[in-house]
This record gives sequence, structure tokens and C-alpha cells, in this order.
Amino acid sequence: MTLLTDEIMAWVGSTDPEVTVEVTRRDIQKYSAATEQQAQCYLDGDEAPPMFIFNLFTEIPTMDELRSDGLARRRGGGPSLPLKRVMAGGTEIEIHRPIVAGDVLTSTRTLVGITEKQGRTGPLIFTEYHRVIVDAAGEPVMEERQTGIAR
Amino acid sequence: MPSIHDLSVGMELPQRVHTPTNVSLFLYNAAVWNAHRIHYDEPYTTEVEGHAGVVIDGPLQGDWISQVALNWLGPDDALVRFEYSNRRASHLGDTLVSGGRVTSIDLDSGQVGLELYVADDAGEILTPGTATIRLAS
Repeated sequence: MTLLTDEIMAWVGSTDPEVTVEVTRRDIQKYSAATEQQAQCYLDGDEAPPMFIFNLFTEIPTMDELRSDGLARRRGGGPSLPLKRVMAGGTEIEIHRPIVAGDVLTSTRTLVGITEKQGRTGPLIFTEYHRVIVDAAGEPVMEERQTGIAR
Repeated sequence: MPSIHDLSVGMELPQRVHTPTNVSLFLYNAAVWNAHRIHYDEPYTTEVEGHAGVVIDGPLQGDWISQVALNWLGPDDALVRFEYSNRRASHLGDTLVSGGRVTSIDLDSGQVGLELYVADDAGEILTPGTATIRLAS
């Protein structure tokens, strides 16, 4: 029996509203220290390592929007999946140019696929999103394909 | 920094040992603003979500994958693309190793293909990845 109803599958191809984020030197420095970067340009916050974009465009939830597991309640767009334990599965990033402190970046994210697979401990739902990131001039910065796993 | 003319397919990139701690995982999850309790609350993680221990973030391992390439490059070289896949979980207390090797060399474009990994200390690969880099010389 599939967990993927027509209602869920109808979300494939939908695009979230654009999100714009200002990149600060201090945010880059925090990320770079936490990930033990070795390049000085990252530790100084001049330039951001590519995985800095992980969660960068996720809305900051208020405390009462957090579930008891610490993740945010779903709000607005996107399918409501019947499996609620969500983990990151993998990412592909294409880099057009590095992100630098002071960049104002706009992300457009599209849900490109939902698939169900049978895992060792039960069913799994894989979601794949394609994200395009441009700078304030509209020039391409990065593209990301991200897989999420719900179990 | 590598020159494309000195490379050969199969050449190994430097390995790096990663020993995440409660403190480093806290700082990573604070930096990416992730409050999921499986990254800091051990009783919750094992009893409610059924993991073997506090979970080392998949994207953090993805960052280490990218660093294998980035830390090997010179200032005029570029990481063009990379990807990784979190295949097996790892937990607080595990010692992980990142590394990689050269898989292809294109002298015309200056592009070099890499196979990258994060493995446990027994050598089992938890997070495989690949990358394309462009070397300046």
C-alpha cells in the first residue's frame, strides 16, 4: 500500500515563495568555527564554505512553532507527509561563485520528486528539492538538489 | 597546492580525523539553527526516536566531504560541484575519517574528478560523495 496519496503527489512541481537572506560576516565565522574549516578566508568570514547554505533559507520558527522533537511545525506550502521523523539524506551543490560576506541572496525552491521505498525498519519517503540561489543582481550563485528522508 | 600535471588517477587526498563532541555538535546545530533533539538530547534520541546515540548531523558530514576537496585546493583553484549521500548513521563518540582520491583528469578543461568519503574508524563508508574541481595550473 502506498503512503503517497494523490493529494501529496499533487505537490510535485510546486515552488515555494522566494526567500531573501543577508549574509553577515559573523554568521559565516560561526559556521566556519563550528565546522572546523581550515581555510582562513572562511574563518575570517570573508567567504562562506559551500555547505553554509544548509538551512540558510529556512524560516526561523518561533518557540511555539516548534514540535516536541525540536523541529518546526509545517507551515504554509508543501505536502503533509504521513511519516514525521525527518532526516537529511544528501545534497548536490553546483557552485557558480563563492558566497561572500555582505551578499544578499534569493533562493527559489521547487519540490521535484517524492518517492516511497521500503527500508530495513519500515517505509521511507524521499523528497527531492531543487534550489536556485541568485545574488542581488540576479546572477546565479549556487544550485542545490537536496534529498530529505522521512521515516 | 596540486598541479594537474602532477596528478594521476587513484592518487589519494589527505585524510582527516573527526571526533565530534557534545560541544562541537551543539555549536554546529546552533550555527545552522537546528533544534532537532537527536543532536543533543541522548535519552530522547535513544528512547523516543530509537537511535543508538546522539546523531552526528548528515550535512555536517557533507561539509567534511566538501572540505576534503577545498583544503586540498590552491587559492586560484575552484570547487565546481560536489554531492554526498548520507547512507549510514553515526553517533556521538564515533571517530570518523574523511578522505578521497582522484578519479578523472581532463587536461583540456583543467577539471579533475574526485571520489570522497566519510568513513568510520573501521573503514566502513558512512557518507560517500563525489566532486569536480577546476585547477588553475
